[in-house]
Amino acid sequence: MSVAVIDSGGANLGSVVQALNRIGVDSHLTREPEAIQRASHVILPGVGAAAAAMAALRQAGLIDVLKNLQQPVLGICLGLQLLFERSQEGDVDCLGIIPGTVARLPETAGLRLPHMGWNQLEWQMDDPLAAGLDPKAWFYFVHTFVAPPGQAVATSVHGQAFAAVVRQDNFAACQFHPEKSAGPGQRLLQNFLSY
Amino acid sequence: MVAVRIIPCLDVRDGRVVKGVRFRNHRDMGDIVERAQAYRDQSADELVFYDITASPQARSVDVEWIERVAAEIDIPFSVAGGITSVESARRVLHAGADKISVNTPALRRPGLVAELADAFGSQCVVVGIDSIRDQHAFRLRANTGDPDNMIDPELDTRSWIEQVQQLGAGEIVLNCMDADGVRTGYDIDQLQQMRALADVPMIASGGAGAPEHFLDVFEQADVDGALAATVFHSSQILIPELKTWLRQQGISTRN
Repeated sequence: MSVAVIDSGGANLGSVVQALNRIGVDSHLTREPEAIQRASHVILPGVGAAAAAMAALRQAGLIDVLKNLQQPVLGICLGLQLLFERSQEGDVDCLGIIPGTVARLPETAGLRLPHMGWNQLEWQMDDPLAAGLDPKAWFYFVHTFVAPPGQAVATSVHGQAFAAVVRQDNFAACQFHPEKSAGPGQRLLQNFLSY
Repeated sequence: MVAVRIIPCLDVRDGRVVKGVRFRNHRDMGDIVERAQAYRDQSADELVFYDITASPQARSVDVEWIERVAAEIDIPFSVAGGITSVESARRVLHAGADKISVNTPALRRPGLVAELADAFGSQCVVVGIDSIRDQHAFRLRANTGDPDNMIDPELDTRSWIEQVQQLGAGEIVLNCMDADGVRTGYDIDQLQQMRALADVPMIASGGAGAPEHFLDVFEQADVDGALAATVFHSSQILIPELKTWLRQQGISTRN
């Protein structure tokens, strides 16, 4: 197994590498197209703004590389949002692998933004990522923008429902941070690496 | 629904966890990574590390222990103390911290909050606030890690809470200094008033001494998390039991 973690310029990409280390899996942080194409599994993490991350991917010549990957790909947090067609954060075109637009959670009375903390999922359909997980398990979220829940594999709620886990063929993604979600997060990463 | 967060706070000095009473007389409480791992195993929702020597000594936070924590711990943690610039914040975040928390340096130069939010996003930027009662008002204190050199920035807590949100703070930790270390409960009245001014998550700090204090602060002050140190370090309150009990009282906690 060779796991490539894409360096999209975010602040805390090392956390994913360390989470993989803890489950005994070597990975490398890279923005080299060939290293990414060769990897058995690709992780697209990301903390920060959509426009900046898309600019970094474009500068590294990775847009078409990512769209054409055939191996399992896991987007995390911003990495989920980048799989959609467009994000209202910076009003930027994203990878367009999954239809839909990422939008800001609406400001409503009493709703704290960012959505920061541990929340639960509603699984809408079966998915290999869910194998062995307690359906009531908690995951750690930090975000203000959300993808539409319509086609999601799992949703979560903060003021409104949003996509917590999505899948399109070999591309899967989660809005929460499995690398920071204790035992359930570790299980989800193991599930990703086992197919 | 998002769960409330129970957050042990680990004061760090020279690579060790310490705890003082009313910010004085620090006692050694053990190795950082061992402490952090124990709290993670007890289902703490997040950890806060305050490098209590960094700000008073005007030095930047040491990143070696942050790397050790990040390698071992699979729950989020923030680091406070000594972050005075985008560059020092970048070192802390690259070492593996999820969030950076600024207090005294933000009071010295409020533009720092905006610079950090622009560079890393608001979700990484916590503003720590030390607030003290002054008759009917609430006033700030800076440099509280060093009681002999504490500074009165002559600012009202309310106006600072409003200002840091405009600058891009993603979370506020409000430490009520009158209550800190004396274990008679959070300053509910102050937290209620300040909560009403904040749209971002707010974490209560200072005063936890019993499980009822956590229930009170969540029920009455509607805070998003509660931070405590001594009661957890001494095992006077065990986090799994606290969370189970809070859940029985109708508070959403992660098990």
